[in-house]
Amino acid sequence: MGLKLALTGNHAIAYAVKLADPDVIAAYPITPQTPIVEKLAEMIEQGELRAKMIRVESEHSALAACFGAAVAGARTFTATSSQGLLYMHEFVHWVSRARIPVVMAIVSRTINTPWNIWPDHSDFVDQRDAGWVMSYAMDSQEAFDLTLQAFKISEDPRVYLPVMIGIEGFIIGHTAMPVEIPDEKQVKEWLGERRQPYVIDGSEPLGLGGLTFPEDTEDMFYHIQEAMGNVKKVIKEVDEEYGKLFGRRYGGLISCYNCTDAKYIAVSMGAWSGDLIEAVNKLRDEGYPVGVLRVRYYRPFPIEDVWEIVQNVKGIVVFDRSISFGAWGQIYTDLAAGLSLYTDKLPRMANIVAGIAGVNVTSEDFYGMLKSFIDKSESGLLDRNYFTWIKIRR
Amino acid sequence: MLYEIIFLGRGGQGGVTASNILVQAAIYENKYGQSFPFFGAERRGAPVAAYARISDKPILKHGMFNEADVLVVLDDSLIKLGVAKKYTIRENGVLVINTQEKIVTRDQLSARGKVKVFAVNATKIARELGLVVAGWPLVNTPMLGALISSNGFISLENVVKATLNYFGGKLGARNSEAIKRAYGETSYVGEV
Repeated sequence: MGLKLALTGNHAIAYAVKLADPDVIAAYPITPQTPIVEKLAEMIEQGELRAKMIRVESEHSALAACFGAAVAGARTFTATSSQGLLYMHEFVHWVSRARIPVVMAIVSRTINTPWNIWPDHSDFVDQRDAGWVMSYAMDSQEAFDLTLQAFKISEDPRVYLPVMIGIEGFIIGHTAMPVEIPDEKQVKEWLGERRQPYVIDGSEPLGLGGLTFPEDTEDMFYHIQEAMGNVKKVIKEVDEEYGKLFGRRYGGLISCYNCTDAKYIAVSMGAWSGDLIEAVNKLRDEGYPVGVLRVRYYRPFPIEDVWEIVQNVKGIVVFDRSISFGAWGQIYTDLAAGLSLYTDKLPRMANIVAGIAGVNVTSEDFYGMLKSFIDKSESGLLDRNYFTWIKIRR
Repeated sequence: MLYEIIFLGRGGQGGVTASNILVQAAIYENKYGQSFPFFGAERRGAPVAAYARISDKPILKHGMFNEADVLVVLDDSLIKLGVAKKYTIRENGVLVINTQEKIVTRDQLSARGKVKVFAVNATKIARELGLVVAGWPLVNTPMLGALISSNGFISLENVVKATLNYFGGKLGARNSEAIKRAYGETSYVGEV
């Protein structure tokens, strides 16, 4: 067993990056992400980490610098939030379409305007069509584990895609929790040397990003979709071997709580899943057959695992901490669309949007929302269009 | 058993650090903990809160809370100014104050039931040990000593160990001394 420290989510990510031993880190500061790169800069300064820190003038340049270094064969890392992530969005697509392994942490903060530094999932889910593997943690320990695993998954030859890890700013980012740090040597052996599909280092001529005809470009798209299929296998393998080596398994792309005999399933992602589990514990004590399905990986979307859990349930409530304006929460949209490919008899579904821009949602709030859904569903009083936006004014 | 603790002080007094040290000490005892600042921006001198949860089981809850089992007040002017009333002390709750006066009245607090009041002159301890930055006595570590003296959920030994590791060197030694002194000098004022 390794060292156990009280670390914020931000610092947990920095410690994981340190163990992954990257060659290049490029970043531009933004609240609430900054403590990650500050900590990494401190580690470099103290000689604990031998990475090159490139200070850049924008987030667009931060990811561009990581991309350039990665193409040349370097293991790279960057981190950002909110507007910074939106600003680098062009390069988010560049990296995945070039099939270059890069790891990035997103410390979620809602999107301007108005100016607000508090978290929801808007910035993270906004990247969903970009071809990155996307994971989201529930606490500091998981943020640490997902970050370390991100390097392994990203550099797997069956994958060769960039990976992002999300945590909510403040709620996880600035909250210190116990984190177990595994042995450095053991991590090194497990993670291995940097792997990537090609290297441009001047030793032989190679063109990247030149004009490509339609059929070839479509092929590239298809290969990314195919790789996303492989990612599901690789995530489960990595979860398993990480569990054997370091003692923590999470169950792959989703994590389930009280799901086996559940007739109702609540779906969530991120920190508030913990508050949701507390609500479910209380409901279970009162005889409600309800469980929690937590989305750990948003891309690839774990629809096979979801189907496995929900095929015999009566109802599903999806809690989204973001919204696609004019439509619904994004996790709900993906889950409903995915399930419709498996069955012509969908269970009753509800989508609840809440916790926008840092609004505190407690286990009592979850308790009330879930109880109301189940009671109405059991008595046949459920509205056909069960889409609700819970605004909590205190 | 889950304890929720709020450290109420002024920006720069070190409430967040105290909260972090407490969690590290809990880890040494194979307990679980969470500590976090008020989510958002803070300013030196303005009233600020830091939050801690300590439990013998993994803590699933997240987010801020305004009701606590223990309210630790690093600056007693925050009681006189009514700021402390923003936070509610639970049934069988505890108030730990840094004060010279040892007088707290019920109407200065928001509480669900009776409150046990503990007091220590942490400012004096911090000054005497040279724990002063830019004219501000750093009362966070002595108040940590007072907190664990009021409620034995974490041992003095582990808080000192966490403090030594957090600061290291001479600063670690001085802060540990502050904790030990405050632990010994904290007095039970009574119930309000």
